[in-house]
Amino acid sequence: MLKIVSPIMRIVEIPMLALQRKLGINRLAWAFLLPNLILFGLFAFLPVILNVFYAVTGGDNVLLADRPNVGVRNFASLLDCSNHFDPNSCREDKFWRAVWNTAWFVTLQVGFMVGFALLTALILNRDIRARGFFRSVFFFPVLLSPVVVALIWKWILQREGVLNAFLDWTGIGGINWLVDAQWAFTWSVFISVWAHMGFYTLILLAGLQAIPRDVYDAALMDRASAWRTFRKITLPLLAPTMLVVLVLALIKGVQTFDEIYAFTGGGPGTATTFIIQYIYERGFAGAPRLFGLAAAASLLVAGVLVVLTLLQLRVSKENADG
Amino acid sequence: MKYSHLMTTAFAAGLGVAASAVAAQEIRFMCYSDGNECEVYDDLLTQFEAQNPGVDVIVDVVPYQAILENLPVQLAAGTGPDLAKVTDLGGLNEYYLDLSSHINTDYWDASFGDTLDWYRVGDRQGYYGLHTQLTITGPFVNATLFEQAGVEMPGDGATWEDWAAAARAVTDATDADFPMAMDRSGHRVAGPAISYGAKYFDADGVGSFEGFDAFAEAFVGWNEDGTMARDVWASQGGSTYADAAQEFINGEVVFYYSGSWQVGRMDEQVGDFFDWQVVGSPCGPAGACSGMPGGAGVVGFEQTEHPEVVAAVIDFLAQEEIYAEAAARTRNLPAHLGVAAAGVEFQDASPAAQAALNGFAGDLPNVSPIAFAYQGYAGNRAMFGITVERLSQAIVGELSVSDAMARAAEDLKTALAEAN
Repeated sequence: MLKIVSPIMRIVEIPMLALQRKLGINRLAWAFLLPNLILFGLFAFLPVILNVFYAVTGGDNVLLADRPNVGVRNFASLLDCSNHFDPNSCREDKFWRAVWNTAWFVTLQVGFMVGFALLTALILNRDIRARGFFRSVFFFPVLLSPVVVALIWKWILQREGVLNAFLDWTGIGGINWLVDAQWAFTWSVFISVWAHMGFYTLILLAGLQAIPRDVYDAALMDRASAWRTFRKITLPLLAPTMLVVLVLALIKGVQTFDEIYAFTGGGPGTATTFIIQYIYERGFAGAPRLFGLAAAASLLVAGVLVVLTLLQLRVSKENADG
Repeated sequence: MKYSHLMTTAFAAGLGVAASAVAAQEIRFMCYSDGNECEVYDDLLTQFEAQNPGVDVIVDVVPYQAILENLPVQLAAGTGPDLAKVTDLGGLNEYYLDLSSHINTDYWDASFGDTLDWYRVGDRQGYYGLHTQLTITGPFVNATLFEQAGVEMPGDGATWEDWAAAARAVTDATDADFPMAMDRSGHRVAGPAISYGAKYFDADGVGSFEGFDAFAEAFVGWNEDGTMARDVWASQGGSTYADAAQEFINGEVVFYYSGSWQVGRMDEQVGDFFDWQVVGSPCGPAGACSGMPGGAGVVGFEQTEHPEVVAAVIDFLAQEEIYAEAAARTRNLPAHLGVAAAGVEFQDASPAAQAALNGFAGDLPNVSPIAFAYQGYAGNRAMFGITVERLSQAIVGELSVSDAMARAAEDLKTALAEAN
């Protein structure tokens, strides 16, 4: 094996040594990083820069050269409100409806999802019968495409869907779930929790299994109650994993689009229109295509996400230090 | 010697590649189907390919959504197809290839008349689009339900209120779920809105929602009191299109306002389940009894590398014999005046479908000039979208009708200011 590898390595070594001689050993690291930096620049950094350019230009042309500079006009349009809590008082009322819908959705969805994921992980971490089977059952919805999730639930919840057929059969009578704003929103939260909970359960399960067994043995010897063990041992030791789950769920929650768009189309009215759908509709689905407004809205969302992530990281650092 | 042999081979290979590049003129046609249109065009274009050796017309069948959303972005980026079947007739004018220098314009003027204007905007007054599919909006009525209910169907000149009352009476007397339903589309409400007094243009000919309030009030009221199937407009968000064809086919709707492109579907899917018929668009308080014309057309794009071939393909489809065959096989109303005058024997159409298509064709003279102008207006897609979004918000109670109309006017102002 060495007989084959050594000559190959010698061939590779020749240009590497030449490069090292030219750049010096400290700058050689940049040469190794360069391919990744080029890819990152092209597919991550450049789109962000382009987004900024679109946000400060107007019109409906795609090509930047054909777009007039409008300064901060797009941001001003989005933020122009006499009362930000009342979308009807805002110039871009649909943006603020989407903002508040997203805020409510993220609060409820992340709260319920992390709560249920923790509960499920705790149960699946115990020595129960058919544990492997149940772990698969909870994880299965994660494997489904968002559109499939949306269609399954649409078939269940539509006027003549499975749920209403069952309710009619029991004599309770069906409800037009997707035409009522409150019900449509509630089901959106439920479906999102159902579809994504398995992923977070898996992460929390890994976190639970990483807690050393002997800590629990010590608690047992001290006759600590189950609740006290959970509060004083499990939760603190699971906190770093919980933080990861919270940050991920929060970011994913704000980015919610595909499954709810396929499920309700954002309706009834704007009841389930979230911020990413607003951006999509302004930029791509409507006429004219308001790329500037869409880009400005996406930068505002990105700003909020960065602030939220930094806040969470700071809190976690304080917890770890303190 | 060896070198010379190699060079000769390379030269010959190069010539071969160059020759095939010259010979093979590949034209890409982005097409969507309401029924079987793309299939029929693909078949008809094999005749064109046989007459024009070396030309290969590839029909790319895409969903309608791709025509609405992807095509404009592709065209703006310069990566669009050579030709496409479009419905945003005036909206994409800036990209159209002017066919005038490649076609017999006298024949086109005589054959396609006013529909040519739908593809023209501002200074661009050339020959751009072949209107392949003339449509008109109008109501489908479940005649069996009327018969079962013992309710007399309103006759010619009946108003929207007459039909609403009759449809409610039928629903009360039968198992039907909804008296009326209308597609969730700004295009579909345009005819009824004009009948209720919508002007759609201000004094300067710029898009406007002036006079739309009366219809908005009536339509929102019908959705609130159960006259209209609320599911269609309220169970969606944004400007997403939704229709109630399946509900009508299931016998759940008495009166369904859609358009002539649904005839094929009704013919195939209703079958013997019940008797259905097409009646003219009801009249409104403004005196008009207007539907909305529309449809789709085939256009070429300036960015094509083969403008003369693209023009030849479109001109081929415009020839009376070919056009008549396409209309008969796709069961679409013809926009070609000669074909329309000669009458079309729609292929495989049942007597009900044939009567329905004739019914729609017979309603064309009632279409208001405002509706024709609106169909050709470059800003109509923006207005369609705004109509759907704001009317839906009024229907679900997020906005009052007057607030929704005020918002619609603001939206239109912004859209017109941003559009080039």
